[in-house]
Amino acid sequence: MVPASAYLFLSALLFTLGVIGVLIRRNALIIFMSIELMLNSVNLAFVTFARQHGSIEGQVVVFFVLVVAAVEVVVGLALVVEIFRWRETVNIDDVDLLRG
Amino acid sequence: MEWGVFLIAAVVAIGGGVGVITSARPVHSALSLLAVLLSLAVTYLLLIAQFVAMLQVIIYAGAIVVLFLFVIMLLHARSGEPLHQKLPRQQPLALVFGGAFLAALLFGGLGAARPFAAPPEEFGTAQQVGAALFVEFLLPFELASVILLVGIVAAVVLASREAPGRRKEGR
Repeated sequence: MVPASAYLFLSALLFTLGVIGVLIRRNALIIFMSIELMLNSVNLAFVTFARQHGSIEGQVVVFFVLVVAAVEVVVGLALVVEIFRWRETVNIDDVDLLRG
Repeated sequence: MEWGVFLIAAVVAIGGGVGVITSARPVHSALSLLAVLLSLAVTYLLLIAQFVAMLQVIIYAGAIVVLFLFVIMLLHARSGEPLHQKLPRQQPLALVFGGAFLAALLFGGLGAARPFAAPPEEFGTAQQVGAALFVEFLLPFELASVILLVGIVAAVVLASREAPGRRKEGR
């Protein structure tokens, strides 16, 4: 039987990979994918704790995370497409109009 | 047997995660993300969450990754990484702080792990998740539909505006 700590270890590792991806990449699409990675690792932690406590609420929360992630991707990718139409770039370092 | 399945899924997930953040081309990142999502669905099955595993495959792998691939296809031009970095010290610092963050997560999170007890009857079926969703979590469920509506409206509004460059070129 795989213990809960193994799942939590995998979850923490995936979350850290997502954080590092957001910090080191400059491509807006890959930053979005890293955010998806983090959301998924949190889902894994929720499912693990639902199994550990034998309560279904953890799995219901995963459903809501899925809904919010879907909306976030739709709006975020629409923004990326819009920025690309205006600035011809998906590199977030080139989008610095607010920098002054 | 269970360990074998878990180890395969974990190795694919970690390899895919590294692939997401290191691939030079965005389409390879998207396919790595797909590998992560499918292997996480396998771990959900091991954790007796059949309904969530199905949602993961249908919504994440089926819808979100396809959306990413469509956008990558639309924005194929100049979507690579630039040669110059505006913040050259950020990458090594990101690795250092990422490692520290992982240590903090493990320090705080692994203490909460307890051995698994036998799951209750019918745990994780669509029936049980649905019963919790439509009785106990009815208000959040309705609010989720509002969020989805906001997403639809936002996507339509953002996509229907005309780009400035096209207008100047008279197309």
